[in-house]
Amino acid sequence: MRHGRYRFLAGAMLPPLLLYAVFVVSPYAQAFYLAFTDFNGVSSDVRLVGLDNFTRLWSDPLFLAALRHNGLMLVVVPLVTIALALFFAASTRGSRLLRAYRVLYFFPQLLSVAIIAVLWQFVYTPNSGLLNGLLDAIGLSTLERSWLAEPRLALWCVMAALIWSAVGFYVVLFAAAIESIPADITEAALIDGAGPVTLFRRITLPLVWDSVQVAFVYLGIVALDGFALVQIMTVGPGGPDNSTEVMGLSLYRNAFTYGRYGYASAMGVALFFLTLTLVLLMLRVTRRERVEMA
Amino acid sequence: MHTHPTRRTLLLGAVAATALGACATSGADDDSEAAKGETTADNPFGAPADAPLEVVVFKGGYGDQYAVEAGTLYKPRFPKADVDHKGIQRVGEVLQPRFISDDPPDVVDNSGAGRLDLVTLVSSGKLTDLTELLDAPSLDDPSKKVRDTLMPGVVEDGTFDGKVFVLNYSSVLWGIWYSRSLFARNGWTYPTTWAEMLTLGDEIKKTGVAPWTWQGKFPEYMNDPLVSLAAKAGGHELVRSVDNLEPGVWRSPSMLAAAGAIHQLAVRGHIMPGSEALSHTEAQNAWSKGQAAFIPCGSWLEGEQQQVTPAGFDMVLGTVPALTGADKLPAGAVMAASSESFLVPAKAGNARGGLEYLRILFSRKVARGFAQNSRALPVVTGATDGLTLTSGLASTAQTAEAAGASMFGYRFRTWYPPLAKALDDATGELLTKRTTPEKWAERVQKAADAVAADSSVTKQKR
Repeated sequence: MRHGRYRFLAGAMLPPLLLYAVFVVSPYAQAFYLAFTDFNGVSSDVRLVGLDNFTRLWSDPLFLAALRHNGLMLVVVPLVTIALALFFAASTRGSRLLRAYRVLYFFPQLLSVAIIAVLWQFVYTPNSGLLNGLLDAIGLSTLERSWLAEPRLALWCVMAALIWSAVGFYVVLFAAAIESIPADITEAALIDGAGPVTLFRRITLPLVWDSVQVAFVYLGIVALDGFALVQIMTVGPGGPDNSTEVMGLSLYRNAFTYGRYGYASAMGVALFFLTLTLVLLMLRVTRRERVEMA
Repeated sequence: MHTHPTRRTLLLGAVAATALGACATSGADDDSEAAKGETTADNPFGAPADAPLEVVVFKGGYGDQYAVEAGTLYKPRFPKADVDHKGIQRVGEVLQPRFISDDPPDVVDNSGAGRLDLVTLVSSGKLTDLTELLDAPSLDDPSKKVRDTLMPGVVEDGTFDGKVFVLNYSSVLWGIWYSRSLFARNGWTYPTTWAEMLTLGDEIKKTGVAPWTWQGKFPEYMNDPLVSLAAKAGGHELVRSVDNLEPGVWRSPSMLAAAGAIHQLAVRGHIMPGSEALSHTEAQNAWSKGQAAFIPCGSWLEGEQQQVTPAGFDMVLGTVPALTGADKLPAGAVMAASSESFLVPAKAGNARGGLEYLRILFSRKVARGFAQNSRALPVVTGATDGLTLTSGLASTAQTAEAAGASMFGYRFRTWYPPLAKALDDATGELLTKRTTPEKWAERVQKAADAVAADSSVTKQKR
């Protein structure tokens, strides 16, 4: 009987594994191979060029700019998103009305990235945009500007949209984690005279740290991407004057506009290892002692 | 459970996977000759009578009715042949694998977003040389070669390294658009020199209308008048040196003066505030609403604005004014290019039939239908004669006729996309006054030099 069960399990596992191998693993593997070639996207006559594509990366000013911008996003996006999400999750505990807010926070999660980008483009557009209109209405018209057309502001505007779209999911994630903290622990802390801040720092945060750790990893990956928002929202795209260039965009442009698939694959490989390194680092840095709850 | 992948198994997997890696690039290698029939006066390429013909056409702003019509005209000539017409978007994504495996359709209109890079296709030997088609008798008048029925520049647009691989169907002219009715109401006349343009701009500004707006989100729109001004001042010679990546051409007096002329629009405050962040739709709609007097654009603007153009707006395409009093090109000279790139793949099963299909497509009958249905100017000369055209298309046709042989067109945008990007970035900065014409010239020249020095880029010459 045992034998039959294994056969059944194998039969159930094999098709999905095969699909995964064909549609996920093999393209990855091909990208690794193409990164060492001069593949131009249409010719089957492909030459191996060794590490050329990779050495080229480090002297490509656009790719380096993209690396810097993704680096900045990596610092800002996860921190701000997690801080906001924790704040919203913790402050919407209690009454039904407050909990209803969590649904609102979650709404952006239901929209596709393309729609989010188009919406935010309308927010930032200079002459009839929501943001400039708002500033005008509250008498701050001196602050009005062409948000996405100023090199110093454009990337921050993109990050704001990114954070807006991500925060709702983590509110729900953290809220669920907070709900699962046993009421007696919270009550005991309150009886001992802990204020809301102390309660959050000493009780809530340590007990939801696992979720925060996961959030850091996910958001780190989001921050290394940012392609869709930049491609749809920004001037150029990637501008003005390359101030919002991200690695995904460089990769896309080299492959689909310049026909340099080999070089673009090298970018993809670099991005792959960066993401992998980042995940390992994030997991290590955010590692704390686990609190066991009975 | 001890089946977590260890580092070793992962590595082994990676090695195995690299062996798989050849998939994307491995192609079929059968070199079977394309089918051929008998060559007659009526069938100059000897298209086989019974071989099916597969036509893949980009179905975008112009639709694909004209290509369908050419197919229906092919059928009676080769009754036993099936014409398989496909009107699609994202031509590149659909056809890329078929080009790699050398199993392409017989005719392709490689256009629209996501088209395949032409230079790449040419340098990989994936296209049929169309010289034979150009030297064949045209369908309308057998005493005239197909070559002689086309507008100036069309053959050159499809030439790569001395050979013609692509024929474009729609002629596009670039200029500066305005509303004839708005100008008549205000007593403005379209300027003939750039100095007049600036004076008129000052005058327009006083009425509260912004003299200019532009599609700032995509800075290439303003590059078109910029390089047009430079070409008019510097002549065909300058255009060729730009395309040939000659050292210092971006710093040449004509180019600098052109950049300075465009920069003046920003310096004098002639540009509607916020334009630098507007998408093409936003800027064009503001212009259609009469918020700005001028907008730079190609001749597709009328079709694009159809839904939002107020009645009696009467948009017309104006030729970019002369830059100096001593321009090398005549006043009517206009930047032109053609789009809707038709080609016959080298490995097409019915390449002969493909050529014959193109001969039909480039006939006057099909071209007239294109002008009427797609509201664009076909490259077949005289195709619009006697047709009642809309104001924009009529002005485009007139401009093309007035320009005659003084039409010019740059090729670097298709040849060297990285240079085009650098130019767009620099022009965006120029129009927001974050850079000066001199610094603009420096950085574009630097980008051109970088492309010239890059050995991985296939160089073109004209």
